[in-house]
Amino acid sequence: MMAKIELKNIGKKFKDEEVIKNLNLTIEDGSFTVLVGPSGCGKSTTLRMIAGLDKQTSGDILIGGRSVNHIAPGLRDVAMVFQNYALYPTMTVRENIEFGLKNRKVPKQERDTLIHDISEIVGLTSYLNKKPQMLSGGQRQRVALARAMVKQPKVFILDEPLSNLDAKLRNQMRTELIQLHRRLGTTFVYVTHDQVEAMSMGDVIVVMNQGVIQQAASPAKLYGDPENLFTAQFIGTPAMNILNFSEVQGLHIPAAERIGYLGFRPEHVLMKQDLHREGFTLDGEIVTRESLGAETIYQIKSKAGVFFVKTFLEPMEMNSQIKVTIPYEQLYYFAPDGQRIRGIEAREKSLSFVGGK
Amino acid sequence: MKEANRTIAEGRVWFQSAGKEAWMAKGANMAIRAVNLIGLLLLVLIFALPFAWMISTSLKTMPETMVFPPEWIPKNPVWQNFSEAWSSGPFLQYFVNSVVIAVCILALQMLTIIPAAYAFARYQFKGSGLLFGMVMITLMIPSQLIFLPVYLELSAWKLLNTHLGLILPFASSAFGIFLLRQAFKQVPEELIEAARLDNAKEWKVILNIMVPLVRPVLITFALFSFIAHWNDYFWPLVMTTDETARTLPLGIAKIREVEGVATWNILMAGNLILVLPILIVFFFAQRQIIRAFVYNGVK
Repeated sequence: MMAKIELKNIGKKFKDEEVIKNLNLTIEDGSFTVLVGPSGCGKSTTLRMIAGLDKQTSGDILIGGRSVNHIAPGLRDVAMVFQNYALYPTMTVRENIEFGLKNRKVPKQERDTLIHDISEIVGLTSYLNKKPQMLSGGQRQRVALARAMVKQPKVFILDEPLSNLDAKLRNQMRTELIQLHRRLGTTFVYVTHDQVEAMSMGDVIVVMNQGVIQQAASPAKLYGDPENLFTAQFIGTPAMNILNFSEVQGLHIPAAERIGYLGFRPEHVLMKQDLHREGFTLDGEIVTRESLGAETIYQIKSKAGVFFVKTFLEPMEMNSQIKVTIPYEQLYYFAPDGQRIRGIEAREKSLSFVGGK
Repeated sequence: MKEANRTIAEGRVWFQSAGKEAWMAKGANMAIRAVNLIGLLLLVLIFALPFAWMISTSLKTMPETMVFPPEWIPKNPVWQNFSEAWSSGPFLQYFVNSVVIAVCILALQMLTIIPAAYAFARYQFKGSGLLFGMVMITLMIPSQLIFLPVYLELSAWKLLNTHLGLILPFASSAFGIFLLRQAFKQVPEELIEAARLDNAKEWKVILNIMVPLVRPVLITFALFSFIAHWNDYFWPLVMTTDETARTLPLGIAKIREVEGVATWNILMAGNLILVLPILIVFFFAQRQIIRAFVYNGVK
């Protein structure tokens, strides 16, 4: 039961508005792939095209090697969990779960066994005869999952399924979903606008913006090796600091004219002077301090612009004037169009120190 | 200590003044409620009085109906008025005709308005706006304006004096399509999408998802339709020349013509027979109707 999903040269227009432009993506069989991006980036549209709820304007969609361009949503072997669960309000939990099976003419005996097994897995056995209105948000979520699981689909599609839950329940369901994916081993395609959710759940994260894939990679690669400014700033809390390169002083770099922006992550900034570490130093003034318990976030104003620093398990810095160091290997360079420039090394200690003073 | 005392004293003053305000607000509230209540009572009187008069008259003797000021409760209720009304014509036949026609119209309407309303609510097809506009226009045309061509048409099909002739002109209802379309529009799109992913055919989406959701609206419409056609006087009058398809309202109107004098007591007894089925239906559907008007979509 291979369920690799291939999107080839997909384009989608609503009236005259082009929401997806020439999208190419392969979602591996059995992966937990998360589509993430700001609202309106086309992630939900992409998901709906895989499910067959929206039809692509151009391009091909293949599931398990079979073109599904002309196959109805109900016959694609795809199950979907909606953001607002979309449970049938006039049906009981059992009828909700059973509806898809009945439509596929699954015999009664088999239906009963399936419903029994699934409702045990998601813990709904005692609610089978209740209407969805009687259930809490978390329970409704479970019904939606059960309704999807009972069809034993090749692909699970989840459209922001946790966004209607409160923070605590969301964390719990997140873990449960990860476990569920491991247990079933089927392909999960998950849409969210929450980068934390994406990072914690996905094997592969597809970052989208304005209908274009910015980067598709593992969470670690996205964080450590972003392709462009957008990805760099989308992943991480607080986001990567970006300084306009023309305002940065004291960094001597060959071919500096190609560089538009300099980036570094808040957690890579060293607040303490450490003469053994070579790096880019910046003078600044601490504007705000936020203590989150184990970590502290500082907002620092420097000549090159405002940036954030995150420290972990260190006493709070009380001086207002401060000099910080960013190790050279933690600096990221971007072209004026936002593309990452790799293979640049700044190493001239003397010059950078002169600039810092 | 002193400090504490002062706080308590201040608290007491505040509490008293707050109590006073609350009391005044309560008074104003009561006045509003009283006005409301009187208004409602007046409304009830307007609707209930003619009804009470009908019941009262149906139990009087002929001379008693003319007494002024009217006597509300007749001294000796004349129950024979009902049997007299019933036997003044082929009333069993009228009754059966009425039931057959009202029920058939309702069934046909359900068959036509549900798919039509679903299509108008959920599909964007070429000319859907124009078509819906045409449906709406029919709401504004009084039947008196078009009865002649319809009559000629039906008479050409040899449908005068038949049940079919009384049923067919009402096989669909613009009002019903409108009402149901609004209700269907409130159903969230995701429900239909979920059903599609559950491999449900279009008719299953309608029957298993949409119709149960709009049940209160559907019942309300059914009631309106049933009452309208049960009470309809004009169309049966136009379409019938003999007793084969005549309905109750025509039969009751005929009582008045007997012997050239208006026998009000018999007439009112007949009217009571006419409205009784409606009252019974209404009694059972009441809760659904209220629900239809507070219907707020799907939560």
